[in-house]
Parts: sequence; C-alpha cells; structure tokens
Amino acid sequence: MDWFIHADETTHKLLLMGLAVLLFVVVMGAILFGIDKIKRAPTWLVVTGFLGPTMLFLVFGLLYPGLRTIRGSFYDARGQSFVGFDNYAAAFTEPQFQIVLRNTLFWVVLVPVLATFIGLVYAVLVDRTRMESLAKTLMFLPMSISLVGASIIWKFVYEYRPVQGEIQQIGLLNQFLVWIGVPPQQFLLGQPWNTFFLIAVMVWIQAGFAMTVLSAAIKAIPDDITEAARLDGLHGLSMFRFITVPSIRPALVVVLTTIAMATLKVFDIVRTMTGGNYGTSVVAYEFYTQSFRAQNAGLGAALAVLLFVLVTPIVVYNVRQLRLAEEIR
Amino acid sequence: MTAIPPTTLVDSRAADTRRAPRKLSRAEKRAIAVKGKLSSPWASGLAIIIAILWTVPTFGLFVTSFRSRADIRTSGWWTLWRDPALTLDNYQEALFGSSTNLATFFVNSVVITVPSVLIPISLALLGAYAFAWIDFRGRNLLFVAVFALQVVPIQVTLIPLLSQYVDWGLAGSFWVIWLSHTIFALPLAIYLLHNFMKDIPPSLVEAARVDGAGHVKIFFQVLMPLLTPAIASFAIFQFLWVWNDLLVALTFAGGTTDVAPLTVRVAELAGSRGSQWQLLSAGAFVAMIVPLVVFLALQRYFVRGLLAGSVKG
Repeated sequence: MDWFIHADETTHKLLLMGLAVLLFVVVMGAILFGIDKIKRAPTWLVVTGFLGPTMLFLVFGLLYPGLRTIRGSFYDARGQSFVGFDNYAAAFTEPQFQIVLRNTLFWVVLVPVLATFIGLVYAVLVDRTRMESLAKTLMFLPMSISLVGASIIWKFVYEYRPVQGEIQQIGLLNQFLVWIGVPPQQFLLGQPWNTFFLIAVMVWIQAGFAMTVLSAAIKAIPDDITEAARLDGLHGLSMFRFITVPSIRPALVVVLTTIAMATLKVFDIVRTMTGGNYGTSVVAYEFYTQSFRAQNAGLGAALAVLLFVLVTPIVVYNVRQLRLAEEIR
Repeated sequence: MTAIPPTTLVDSRAADTRRAPRKLSRAEKRAIAVKGKLSSPWASGLAIIIAILWTVPTFGLFVTSFRSRADIRTSGWWTLWRDPALTLDNYQEALFGSSTNLATFFVNSVVITVPSVLIPISLALLGAYAFAWIDFRGRNLLFVAVFALQVVPIQVTLIPLLSQYVDWGLAGSFWVIWLSHTIFALPLAIYLLHNFMKDIPPSLVEAARVDGAGHVKIFFQVLMPLLTPAIASFAIFQFLWVWNDLLVALTFAGGTTDVAPLTVRVAELAGSRGSQWQLLSAGAFVAMIVPLVVFLALQRYFVRGLLAGSVKG
C-alpha cells in the first residue's frame, strides 16, 4: 500500500485520485443517508451532517493556523523565544525590506489604476461594435492562464541580447528599440525600473477582468440617460466623463479594490521573472523567501500578518461599497 | 490569495456580455446610433492597438514554440515569414525528454485538480444549503464567520499547516494538496452558492417539504438541478485556480516528480534554464493548453460567475 501515500506511477496516481473521490463520496453519502433514514432527526444532527465536515476543515485549515501564525510573528527565527515586535521592526526598518515595502506600494497602486483604466477605455471603445465578442475574448484570455505562464510570455518579450556583431535581438521589446534606433536594454535588471516591467505583466492579466465587469456595468446604464445627455449636447469624451464614469462608479470601486487585493498577494510573477533579485521583491514574495529559504519563521510570519493587515481594510471597504450599491438598487 | 466578495452590481443576465451583439433590438440599434460608438477612426485605432498589445506577446511565444532551437537563438519570431520552418521537436523534448519530462507533471496536475474541484464544491453545496434552508440557532453568526474567513490570505496559514502535515507524515503527498485546496476554496464557495440558493423561490422548497421530503431529498431533487449553472461557473473558477496555482503546490508538494504539478516544474525551468527558449516556450504552452480550452469552451459560465463575484485573486 505504499502508493497510497507515495504514488509514483501514472496508473497508481490515477487510481489514487479515483479512490480519493470515491472515499469522499462514500463518507458524505453515508452521513447524508444516515440523516435521511432517521425519522424526525433533530435539527442539530442535520446541521452537523451538512456543515460538520466543512466547519472542521475551516477551523483546522484557516482559523487555527492563522492564529498560530500571528503568535509566531512575535517569536524568533526558530519559533522558540518571545521577541515582542522585533520582527515587525525589522520588516519596517531594514533597508532591504524598505525596498520590498516600496515595491509593494508601487504594485498595489499602479496595477489597479492602470488595469482598470485600460479595461474601462477598451470596454467603452468596443461596446456594441460588430467585433465586440471577439475583441473582449482577446483581452480576457490572459485571465485563464497561470501567472507562471504569463511571466514566461513576458520574459520572452523582455529578452535581451548583448549588442555585438551579428547578434540579433529575439525579444520583441528590444527589437522595437533597435528599430527606432535606441540601444537595447536589460529590462529586468535595471533598478528601479525593472519593478515597473513586472507590474506591466499583472496589468496585462487584470485588465481583462476590469474590462468584463465594467463592460457589463456600462451595458446596464439605461438608454434614456445617455439619450437625454445626447440631446443636451454631450458626446465623445464629455459623455464618457459625465455620464459613463459616474453611472458605473460602484463597479469601478469594486474592480479597483478587487484587483488591489489580488495584487497584494501575487508572488508568482516576481518569483518566475527575477526570483526576487535586483530589488524587485514584494511582501508576498519576501514572505516566501523568509519562511522557506532563509528559515526565518518569525520574520516570515510577521510578513504574512502584514499581508493580512494590508488586505483587511480593502476587503472591508469593498464589502461596504457593495452594501451601499445594493441599497441604492 | 483569497476570495473576493461579490459584485451584484448588475443583473448578470442583462449584462451577459456575449449576448448583446447577437440580438440587437430596435431600441438597442437606436442606442448605437445615439451613442455613436467607434464612429471616429481614432477610437477604432486605439482599440486595435490595445487588442494587439494584449495578444502579440502570447502569439510570439506560441510561434516560438514551433521553431527549431537554432532558429530561436539567432532570430526573432517575427522573421518567421522570411524562412518558414516549423517543428514539433520542442514539444517532444519538453513532454518526454528525460530532463524535463512534462508529461509526468501533466498527470500530476490532473490528479491534483480533479478532487480539488469536486470535493470543495460538494462540501460547499451542503454548507450553503444548511445556511440557506435549515433554520438553526446561531446560523447568522456562523455564516458571517465563514464569510469573514475569506479575508485570511493563504500565506498566513501555510507554515502551521505544513508542520502539521509533516507531523502526520503526509507532507509531499497528494492528500495534503487536495485537503489544502479544499480548505482554501470553501469560504468563497459557500458564500457564492449560498447567494445562488437564496435566489431560488422558497415556495419550491416549501412545496417539497409539504410533500414530506426531508432535507436530503430536497437538496438533491429540488435544488441541485436548478443550481447547475452556478455550480458550473464556480467549478470553472476553482479549476483555473487549482490548475494555475503555484504557491500551494510549491509549499506542500515540493519539487518532486511524484507530486508537483506543471506550474511548479515550468517555473523551475524558467529559473534553471532561463535561456533555453525552445523548452520554456513549449513547456509554457503545455501548461496553458488545458485552461485555455476550458476557458474558451465555457466562457459564458466564466463571465456569469465573474459578474456574480466569484473572483479569486
């Protein structure tokens, strides 16, 4: 039964997968069947059957580890002696981490703003045109691929070849520079600009999300309003500025905050493109490095808690905006 | 990465973007005339430029993945029209070459993904049903608690979970990856499916109850058929999330050929063989092909789910 834990052949893996699903179905089926068979089962029993496994998982996998990490953030690298706020102090004062915080700020401001802006402009431009469906799919496609895949796509765009003899550029961006007569650049090495080239990847991914939600919001604007504005002499940019944007304001807020939350937690792009080198690290990536590479459990926990603290107000704001939007409706 | 609360800003049916272009009512045609969208060439030009920016990078890597190693090294993919020579060797090497062996990791990705999608959805359906249709004390409090757990970034949970798995001797096995993905998916899944369930008219459930159906029967015979679209849209999200995940797999699977999924292996290649583009390009597309196909085939559900707020970032 060794493959039960360490499956190493394809057939064993597939067998194990089937077995896991079957096991799950049998256990859940037994619970539900049991509840159904008991005549006039008390409510608490029914609720336990429906919710019990879920609550068990959530307490075991989210609540308890979360509390342990908060506790761990006040302990040293090996998690043995209490150090108070030292880990947080290190995260905020050491120069190496100040770069990390600065980069995180760039990410969390630039990605939502740029992605939302581009998504909005594109949504307005293609709204109700003949190619709308195709045009939207094109921008939306990056949403479906992994951040690792997207990073490789863009790493290839940024690829650099030294200028000597017959060597040609194979990265599109550097080839562009050559075409317009500028020497090719090492986009991923030059600080601090390399961070912005990483940010571009996230914008590329998130713009499709912004575009889809905003496009739906734009379509929900009643025609009477636009028609009335039209009769009042509004068109083009002023229509966009005074009618479209105010009408979809709640959707804009939700899109901005949603992308901000996703951005805070992204570490795949940094890891794949630069490995956090050349001053490109962000909090989510630094958490990974400190926890699993540097074996500094205390500092890693502090960074994770920092992430938690940064995300929470955005989520709360987002939820409150949604409540408001629902009340207006 | 965690869940994102719902955006019920627009009626998802009215806003189903893919329908609009097909059936233009007279009112809509008038609206087009009124709004005069894309009338100026500047606007169309800008739209086309954005569309190109969003497709060319992927297209470039795609073309590259079919070029020979020597060609990739010496010239850009845009020179292909001068000397069109395509080959499948890169895929052959990436999938079955002894040093990359992505076929094995492809199997791992499948094995990880299927239970990690099925199990949380089933559990969340049961949970959402309990919250929506069973009256019990403390229901609202518990529901708010589950909802609030969406805030927890998974980074916060990784290290304690990992040490727990190590204690059990299960670290580096499929079991803990399935378990972890299930746990991380539950808060959002319950919240989302609960929203869908509450939209079902209570009279349907009442009628079944009067007929003597218990909770289990109501759940399977009345609610499940009505919920199929909601289940489909969440399933797509969960699928994309699990298939594309790097952090969870990296933490709990390690880099072993036995368990690690495609994303882990491809990311590793990007680090260790950063300049071997014939492998990287083919590898990236091996990892991307399944989500791309699923996405293109089921885009309608994807968009509907997105507008209902099921976004995991």
